[in-house]
Amino acid sequence: MSAQALARAPSCAQPLTLRAEGLGKTYGAITVLSDISLDIRAGEVHAIIGENGAGKSTLMKLLSGHVRPTTGRLFMEEEAVAFDDAVDAESAGVVLVHQEILLAPDLTVAQNLFLGRELTRGFMIDDKAMDRRTNAVLARVGSVARASDRVGDLALAQRQLVQIARAILEDRKIIILDEPTAVLANDEVTALLEIVRNLREQGVGILYISHRLNEVQALADRITVLRDGRMVGTWPASELSQRRMAELMVGRELSMLYPEKRPVVTGEPILSVTNLVVEDGATQGSFTLRAGEVLGIGGMIGSGRTELLEGLFGLRPSHADSVLVNGCDITHRSVRTLMAAGLVYLTEDRKGKGLLVDAPLAPNLTLQALDGVNPGIVLNRRREVAELEQAVANFDIRVRSLTLDAGKLSGGNQQKLLLAKVMMSDPSIVIIDEPTRGIDIGNKSQIYGFIDAMVRAGKACLIISSEMPELVGLSDRVLVMREGRFVAELTGTEINEENVAYAATTGRHAQAGGTA
Amino acid sequence: MTISAVGTTAPVRRSRIRWADLAPFIALALIILVGTLINTNFASQANLLNVITRSAFVAIIAIGATFVIASGGLDLSVGSMMAFVTGIMIMAMNGLAPAYGAWAIVMGAGVALVVGALCGLFNGLIITIGRIEPFIVTLGTMGIFRAFITFMTDGGSLPLDRSLREAYRPVYFGSFLGVPYPVLITFVVILLGAFVLYKTKYGRRVVSVGSNAEVARFSGVDVGTVRTLTYVIQGLCVAVAAICYVPRLGAATPTTGQLWELQVITAVVIGGTLLRGGKGRIWGTVAGALILEIIANVMVLSDMVSEYLVAAVQGAIIIIAMLAHRLTSSR
Repeated sequence: MSAQALARAPSCAQPLTLRAEGLGKTYGAITVLSDISLDIRAGEVHAIIGENGAGKSTLMKLLSGHVRPTTGRLFMEEEAVAFDDAVDAESAGVVLVHQEILLAPDLTVAQNLFLGRELTRGFMIDDKAMDRRTNAVLARVGSVARASDRVGDLALAQRQLVQIARAILEDRKIIILDEPTAVLANDEVTALLEIVRNLREQGVGILYISHRLNEVQALADRITVLRDGRMVGTWPASELSQRRMAELMVGRELSMLYPEKRPVVTGEPILSVTNLVVEDGATQGSFTLRAGEVLGIGGMIGSGRTELLEGLFGLRPSHADSVLVNGCDITHRSVRTLMAAGLVYLTEDRKGKGLLVDAPLAPNLTLQALDGVNPGIVLNRRREVAELEQAVANFDIRVRSLTLDAGKLSGGNQQKLLLAKVMMSDPSIVIIDEPTRGIDIGNKSQIYGFIDAMVRAGKACLIISSEMPELVGLSDRVLVMREGRFVAELTGTEINEENVAYAATTGRHAQAGGTA
Repeated sequence: MTISAVGTTAPVRRSRIRWADLAPFIALALIILVGTLINTNFASQANLLNVITRSAFVAIIAIGATFVIASGGLDLSVGSMMAFVTGIMIMAMNGLAPAYGAWAIVMGAGVALVVGALCGLFNGLIITIGRIEPFIVTLGTMGIFRAFITFMTDGGSLPLDRSLREAYRPVYFGSFLGVPYPVLITFVVILLGAFVLYKTKYGRRVVSVGSNAEVARFSGVDVGTVRTLTYVIQGLCVAVAAICYVPRLGAATPTTGQLWELQVITAVVIGGTLLRGGKGRIWGTVAGALILEIIANVMVLSDMVSEYLVAAVQGAIIIIAMLAHRLTSSR
């Protein structure tokens, strides 16, 4: 199938830049990737799609010299090459832009860009020249950051652009972008896609990995699908619909990704927050939540959604006119009083704020509900193991061994563990920030199912999501935030991607006087 | 999907953890073996008991330090605090002796525990409420406590009242069923420490705060209280060490406990506790304290190396231990 697809591919006239032939990687007895043959040509965007664990990351690392292949060969301009390491690959013109931000937060943008390759004049570091070139390359990627800005002060999206700027500082022939938009909101994604197109115009060959199939469709010239460490095939982008891509990735027909919408609930709100002000008014808002509904909070990244909810939980300085849970006043609250009142918050930052990546699964699972699992002061190990076995079964957490560290799990399984952790105390109100960031379709679908089930069981759920289809697919009601204020409430048929985007960017309700 | 790949790494990793956990005990066994080969006197019961008894102070303080370090903190003030607590305790005992006789010892010991706990609380509160690096805070209190003991002794010696010496003497020199009291006391502290760190919710929270304070905070753990309490535990351990120490010399001086903080941190780190927090090893810490004292003893007995170089060897050990740890964990 792949050979046929390749033969159909257009743009054969373009010069080949990087070609892989029969690339494979085994660790011990485990084959993670086998027989991958593809090429990346100058001036094209070649997208790689596949579920988590399909071998995308390994492929990236093989192509960029981070890992050496067990089998197969690489060619640049039809000459066989073997990269010793990432530096070697970079000097040959292939650079990988990592999905995770790998920048030193305390250094300036310029210092980060030139880290390890500082420009000098004699013995002295030539800051002026570096600042100049940094500003030039920042302009090229459309970043508003400046050379002298401290990277730690930049928003996530800007840091991502700095990473890309770092990659194109020298003239690269091939750039590998590993899920560059995973942490970006919609308008930032649009800007990034434009930057990638510009780079393509400039003759750069781009290998583009993304979970977001709409981006792939908007951007790619050709698409290669991986599944279970093997190549399904390469197709011209024009021949694949998003649905077809997803089906090729999963290897089966997609059942409905989102659960059916639940009947509209009425009645008294279980949670009502009045004029919650976070961090001196940078973010504020009032909202209510009813049992049996999913309230979605939309808006761009950086619009203040996470800050508002972290403020509600006392994780940031905040004050409110009133916070009522089931009619009980808990205006003066802390994380602990909220948890006691039946509220839990599942953070968007899985590794930084959610899980102890160096600790085994059981301590992670029970950390939040430690008092519930262990009524006395002494730990009840047997109960912990039983709870873990229960959670692994209930949330379909896939692990070979229960004694693994949480950091060893795949992203999807980490997210399920985190969900199991916050559900340990049997909360009545569950707030989930980015329920499925960076996890594959199979796990996403399962997590949607868990959310649907808990809401049908009478719990209330609030989700923050930057993925429009998710927000629209899950929510019974949507509040849109812009610059730290709620600007629109969408209900029923008003909930669609256009209306959310319109409110998030203009700050106005799409249909003035709509039902609310 | 990724299940198979994850599954295969599990057994490898588990055996590596065990190996790294055993390292301090293997090192301890090796050093004892070397000591036995070098000098036949080393393995004598009298010598071994003497060494173990001498290591008791560092071991007891290091158990407290295991809590502090496992929670991601550091306490440099323990040596000075030990001297300060010793001084206060002797003054209290001397003051109470005329009225209460030998009971002054018990009351003085109580004063020591309270003062130790308060010193630790002071460190802990400045660190958590003041949000200042533990390194800086305890560097400051290290100087403060040291100056206090120098002031209290007027630069000389603060002796325990003669009337109390005879009654207090057995706490260091006495023994029960052949086991010296300091060793028994150390054993009790070890068991208590291991129980609290491994078996209680508080211990779990200590480790989680050290592993990732943000995760702990988001999980509803009161990070400030957990951290502050580790310093209180540290202060109590310092006080227990002081109670065992006083009968040995019968006086406090400006050099009491000097540089003990280095030995304590060395013992904790070579025992396998991570300096960045997130893992605490009580028994490893005890092995670490024994290693330090036995090496000093072997050097004194062997005549091959000057005993003035003991500190150099102990310093080298912490570096070697860290290198060994790096090699076993990066493989």
